[in-house]
Amino acid sequence: MNTKDNKVMSLREAIREYVRDGSHISIGGFTINRNPMAAVHEIIRQGIGNLYLYAHSNGQGADELIGGGCVSRLDIAYGGNGKYAATCIRFRKAVQEGTIRIEDYSNFQMCLRFMAGAMGMPFLPTVSSLGTDLVNVWGFSEAERAQDPRMPDKKVVVMENPFGGWMDTTKVVLVPAIRPDVTILHVQKADKQGTGRIEGLTFADVEQAKSARHVILTCEELVDTTALRRNPDQNNIPFIHVDAVVPVPYGAHPTACYGYYDYDPACLLHYVKCAKDDGLYREYLDKFIHGAKDHEAFIALNGGRERLDRIKADPETGYAVNLARG
Amino acid sequence: MADYTLREMMTIVAAREIKSGDIVFGGTGISMLAAMAAKNINAPESVMFFETGAIDSKLDEIPLAVADSRVMYLAATNGGLFDAFITMQNPITGSHVIGILGAAQIDPYGNLNTTVIGNYVKPKTRFSGSGGGCDVASFVPRCIIFMQQERKRFVHKLDYLTSPGHMGGADGRRKAGLREGGPTVVITNMAVFRFDGLTKRMYLAGYYPGITPQQILENMEFTVDVSKAAEIAPPTPEELKILRDKCDPQKLIL
Repeated sequence: MNTKDNKVMSLREAIREYVRDGSHISIGGFTINRNPMAAVHEIIRQGIGNLYLYAHSNGQGADELIGGGCVSRLDIAYGGNGKYAATCIRFRKAVQEGTIRIEDYSNFQMCLRFMAGAMGMPFLPTVSSLGTDLVNVWGFSEAERAQDPRMPDKKVVVMENPFGGWMDTTKVVLVPAIRPDVTILHVQKADKQGTGRIEGLTFADVEQAKSARHVILTCEELVDTTALRRNPDQNNIPFIHVDAVVPVPYGAHPTACYGYYDYDPACLLHYVKCAKDDGLYREYLDKFIHGAKDHEAFIALNGGRERLDRIKADPETGYAVNLARG
Repeated sequence: MADYTLREMMTIVAAREIKSGDIVFGGTGISMLAAMAAKNINAPESVMFFETGAIDSKLDEIPLAVADSRVMYLAATNGGLFDAFITMQNPITGSHVIGILGAAQIDPYGNLNTTVIGNYVKPKTRFSGSGGGCDVASFVPRCIIFMQQERKRFVHKLDYLTSPGHMGGADGRRKAGLREGGPTVVITNMAVFRFDGLTKRMYLAGYYPGITPQQILENMEFTVDVSKAAEIAPPTPEELKILRDKCDPQKLIL
């Protein structure tokens, strides 16, 4: 919550101010689209650790935060990245080696959890997952949960439908609200006050933003308030939730940003190659993240202008037509 | 020599399950391709939607993820995850939804594991997890499941039950509190399985040309009834032409 008129700041400043060691965070986007990658890289660069990450299907961003050593606990629905990784590679490795703790939910359950947080409700119900191990198997025990005031005491609760058989439903699974310290989104357009416009699919970004104490918006374009308010029906992030506005062109790269650029197959494939090997991954972190002072430098290391021209979105379709994607 | 690949066969067999009037929920890869093939071949009035929130996308190029910008282009509506999960739970539209899923393990009742092999906390192999898979499997009346025909994948007992099928068999879903329906067909690189109307146990419904029921049984840990199995018609030249030229000309999935 912040009604300041001008929230524009640098990415370094925004991350330093709102993301701390041990913060509970969520990031926007979905698999290979509109992840706030510039912000993810800045978190790694600043060496912030011990994060509790709440993810539905935040493929590339989640995998890099885990690979960068920033995450210690994770609630997640889907750790995959489309055709580029059936299972995200650093995520898989971290879970198998026990370097992060994990709790599994479904995508709809994570959406409900963010929505509950946004609404100020302790939980919301669904029939999804009744009888499955999403209900029966817990990553964090009840005793462990009871000791951490930032965690709900239970993963889920199954209860009889208190309205009898209303809506042909006998039982429901209650999933607990999420209240992140900060949600970080990358959007196409924002003004200095923090009104944001997402073009194309919104995924769960709006609920994630409204569930969080603080919101950082990185944006492709900083737009004049009057221009943005001429079509307020197209704006989906109300400025009152937003604390920081950071213009970062290509801020979702190497994931896509509808209407601006496609995902960068060469960069994603290179990432996959590095992620499979600990030595190569260290080199990736050293050269591409720590070795780049900011996102512009990251892109320069990844083929620069020539590469950006290749993934530039066609104005009609919103993606790069006939891009070599294999 | 057959002039089609197993992947093409699987895609076409799945596409034939889809009818006009169906609302198809597809994931990444072959499931999306099957839905595209159905729309272009045998079910022109089927509608595709994605868990990311797009309904009836144009799909001039094949998306490589359900969040690919290609699902956003000329969609009827672009929303968010909530919109997709409402479509599949809505009492009116939900009953027309057919889900397409894949898994690392399946049991005799069509329950699926997409989470771990081994212990949950420190697994031998970690997979992506549920995503929207458990949701669609919990909500919708019909599901197509793609599997590789391997012993380690067709198992008596799952290492982790991610997405519900028919649970313990007859009446299993009702007892659990899930919506009625569940998986209808399992399509592998060798065979097609369906589920008995009463017991809800998997049986062999068909096998591909050149494959015997015995070979299929050798590639599963549990046994199934093979008495109703018949050879499945391979893709026709017309089906293949549309699949190759129109659905995946860049050969990103095929």
